Amino acid sequence: MEKFTTLTGIAAPMPLVNIDTDMIIPKQFLKTIQRSGLGKNLFDEMRYTPDGQEIPDFVLNQPAYRKAQIIVAGDNFGCGSSREHAPWALLDFGIRCVISTSFADIFYNNCFKNGILPVVLPPEAVAHLMDDAKKGENARITVDLEDQTVTASDGKTFAFEIDAFKKHCLLNGLDDIGLTLEKASAIDAYEARTATLRPWA
Amino acid sequence: MAPRTLYDKIWDDHVVHQAEDGTCLLYIDRHLVHEVTSPQAFEGLRMTGRKVRAPEKTIAVPDHNVPTTLDRANAATMTEDSRIQVAALDKNAKDFGINYYPVSDVRQGIVHIVGPEQGWTLPGMTVVCGDSHTATHGAFGALAHGIGTSEVEHVLATQTLIQRKGKNMKVEITGSLRPGVTAKDITLSVIGATGTAGGTGYVIEYCGQAIRELSMEGRMTVCNMAIEGGARAGLIAPDEKTFAYCMGRPHAPKGAKWEAALAYWKTLYTDEGAHFDKVVTIRGEDIAPVVTWGTSPEDVLPITDVVPAPESFSGGKVDAAKRSLDYMGLQPGQKLTDIAIDTVFIGSCTNGRIEDLRAAAAILKGKKIKVKRAMVVPGSGLVRAQAEEEGLAQIFIDAGFEWRLAGCSMCLAMNPDQLSPGERCAATSNRNFEGRQGRGGRTHLMSPAMAAAAAITGHLTDVRELMGEMV
Ligand code: SF4
Repeated sequence: MEKFTTLTGIAAPMPLVNIDTDMIIPKQFLKTIQRSGLGKNLFDEMRYTPDGQEIPDFVLNQPAYRKAQIIVAGDNFGCGSSREHAPWALLDFGIRCVISTSFADIFYNNCFKNGILPVVLPPEAVAHLMDDAKKGENARITVDLEDQTVTASDGKTFAFEIDAFKKHCLLNGLDDIGLTLEKASAIDAYEARTATLRPWA
Repeated sequence: MAPRTLYDKIWDDHVVHQAEDGTCLLYIDRHLVHEVTSPQAFEGLRMTGRKVRAPEKTIAVPDHNVPTTLDRANAATMTEDSRIQVAALDKNAKDFGINYYPVSDVRQGIVHIVGPEQGWTLPGMTVVCGDSHTATHGAFGALAHGIGTSEVEHVLATQTLIQRKGKNMKVEITGSLRPGVTAKDITLSVIGATGTAGGTGYVIEYCGQAIRELSMEGRMTVCNMAIEGGARAGLIAPDEKTFAYCMGRPHAPKGAKWEAALAYWKTLYTDEGAHFDKVVTIRGEDIAPVVTWGTSPEDVLPITDVVPAPESFSGGKVDAAKRSLDYMGLQPGQKLTDIAIDTVFIGSCTNGRIEDLRAAAAILKGKKIKVKRAMVVPGSGLVRAQAEEEGLAQIFIDAGFEWRLAGCSMCLAMNPDQLSPGERCAATSNRNFEGRQGRGGRTHLMSPAMAAAAAITGHLTDVRELMGEMV
C-alpha cells in the first residue's frame, strides 16, 4: 500500500449528499478479479452517456478537474454496498483524499486499506473547501496527515480528527495482515480458550 | 460488573487483543464468502503464500452473478466475466478447502439466506462477509457486519478483524403492528425516521413488543436493512423463536453441545440499566405500509401519502430530492397510489424467504398480474423447493409471475435480470439507488405483500384495500 503523508492537489467539488458506492462504481464493473483498471469507470453512469460519450457537465470531465486528486463531497459519502471496488476505482483515477462531513462506515474503513485518506470536517469547513474547490485548478488544497490539517488555497486551515492506529498505518503504508500475524500467539490462545467455553462455535 | 448491552456482551467475548488506544483484534466465528468481493482476497493469499486459517468456519456460495433462469446449467447463460468470477470461486473454495455450495447444489442461494438456513449463523457469534447486508444475521443475536475485500483477506488469513467498538443505539418498536404492516415496513420506517446516516458509527439493537412478535424471517428483514440506516450492524436478542429456528439445522450443535450452547445463548440480552448512546422509539400502531419514492432508502412514505416537494427538505437534501424526482420521473403532489408500475420483483436477502413468498402468494391467489412482467426469485434452492411443496409456486405461475431459481437477481442486476431505462419496478429488495436495478431503472421499495398488490393492480397500491376484499 502506498504511504500517505502530505498531498497538495486539485479538489473536485461534488456537493451531492448520499453519494453511494453504486454511483462510484456501478455493478457491471464488479466482475473483475483484479484491483486495478477501474479508474476509467469511476462514476461511470454520471460521467458517460449510455453510448460511452463523456457528459461535459460532470465535474471530472471538466478540463479543470481531470487531474483531481481530492474530492470534496456532500454528507454521507460512500453509503451502500461494501464493494472495495469503490476505493479501488477512486485510487486508479488518482484520488488520494476525500473530504466530507460524514462517511459510511465500511467505505471509510476500505479507504485506509488502499492508501486513501477520508477526512471528516464540520459542515462550515466542508462548505469553505467546497467553495474553494469550485474555483478550479488554481485552487490547490493541501492535506497534511502528520499534522492532521487541511489548508484551502486562501491559507485557511482546518484541523481534523483521525484514529491514531489508522493514521500510523497510512503514514507508513503498513499491511494490516502482517501486523495481525505478529499476534498469532494471542489468536492461538483465544481459540484454545473458546474451544472449551463455546465448543459449538 | 456494570450492566452491559447485548452488543457489549458479544464484543467482550470476542476480543483477542486490545491495544492501548482501544483498537481491538476481534475473533470471527463465521466468514461468509461470495464470488464478487473475494477474488482479489484469495489472490492476495496466493501472492503472499498464506493459508485460510480456519477453513471450517468459512462458507462460500456464488449468488450475485448467477443467472436465475431454469437453463442456467448451460454456461452460455452467463457472460464471460461472470463465468470467470464464479469459476474463480469454485477454484478458490477447492484450493483453500472451505465449505462450498456450488450453483448445482439445491442448497445454493443468497449467502445471507444460506447461512441461517444451514445453521452456520447462531446466536452470540461474530459473522462477517464481504457484503453490506451481512447485518441480516443480527436477527439471531449475532454480531454481523459487512467488510471490504482487504478485510476479507484479513479474516481469511487470521480469522480476526481489526476493529474499534461502535456505539450502542436502541430502536424500540412498541405495541403491535396493524394488519397489512410487515417487518419491511418497520425497517423502512425506521430509516425514514433516522435517515441513511442516522446509524453511522452505531450498532443498533432492535427491541420492543413488535420485534418480539416477528418471526425469524421478519427479524432478518429488519436487521438486513440496518446498513441502509448507516449502522454497522443490527441485533435482536435471541429468544425461544430463535432457538426453535436453529434447532436441528445441519450445522447447529447437537446433544450436549446444544444444551451448552442454549445455556450460553440465554445470557445474551441487554442488562437492565445498560447504557445506550442513542434511543429511537416508534409505536408499532403508527407504522403504515410504506413505499419509497426517491433514490435513497430514506425517501420513504406511507402509501397513502403524495410525492413530496424538494423544497420541503433542507440543506443538501433539496438538490438530492430534485435529482431523485427527475430520475424517478415523478411530480411533487402526485398521489403515490397513482404511480403506474411496469415490473414487479419479489426476492433478495431482504425478502426472499418462505414467509415472504407466503405473504405475496396470499395476495395473488386466484388473481392475474396487470404489470408487464413479474418475477419471483426465491432466496435459496431450499426456499424454492418448500414453496413448490406448499403450492405457492403454482399461485405465482397462475398469476403470471416467472418462477426463478435462487440468486440475487434483480436486486442488483449483475446477472441478466435488469430493468431497462425508465422501467418502473415495485421491488422487495433493499436499495433504490440510481441504476441499482439496471441503468435508468426506477425502483420503489416495499414489502412482498405490497409488491404483490402492485402486481395485480398495475400501480402502487395500499395492500390493506385488497385485504379488505379477501375477508
Ligand atoms: S440479494 Fe441484493 S442485497 Fe442481498 S446480497 Fe444479493 S445483491 Fe446484496
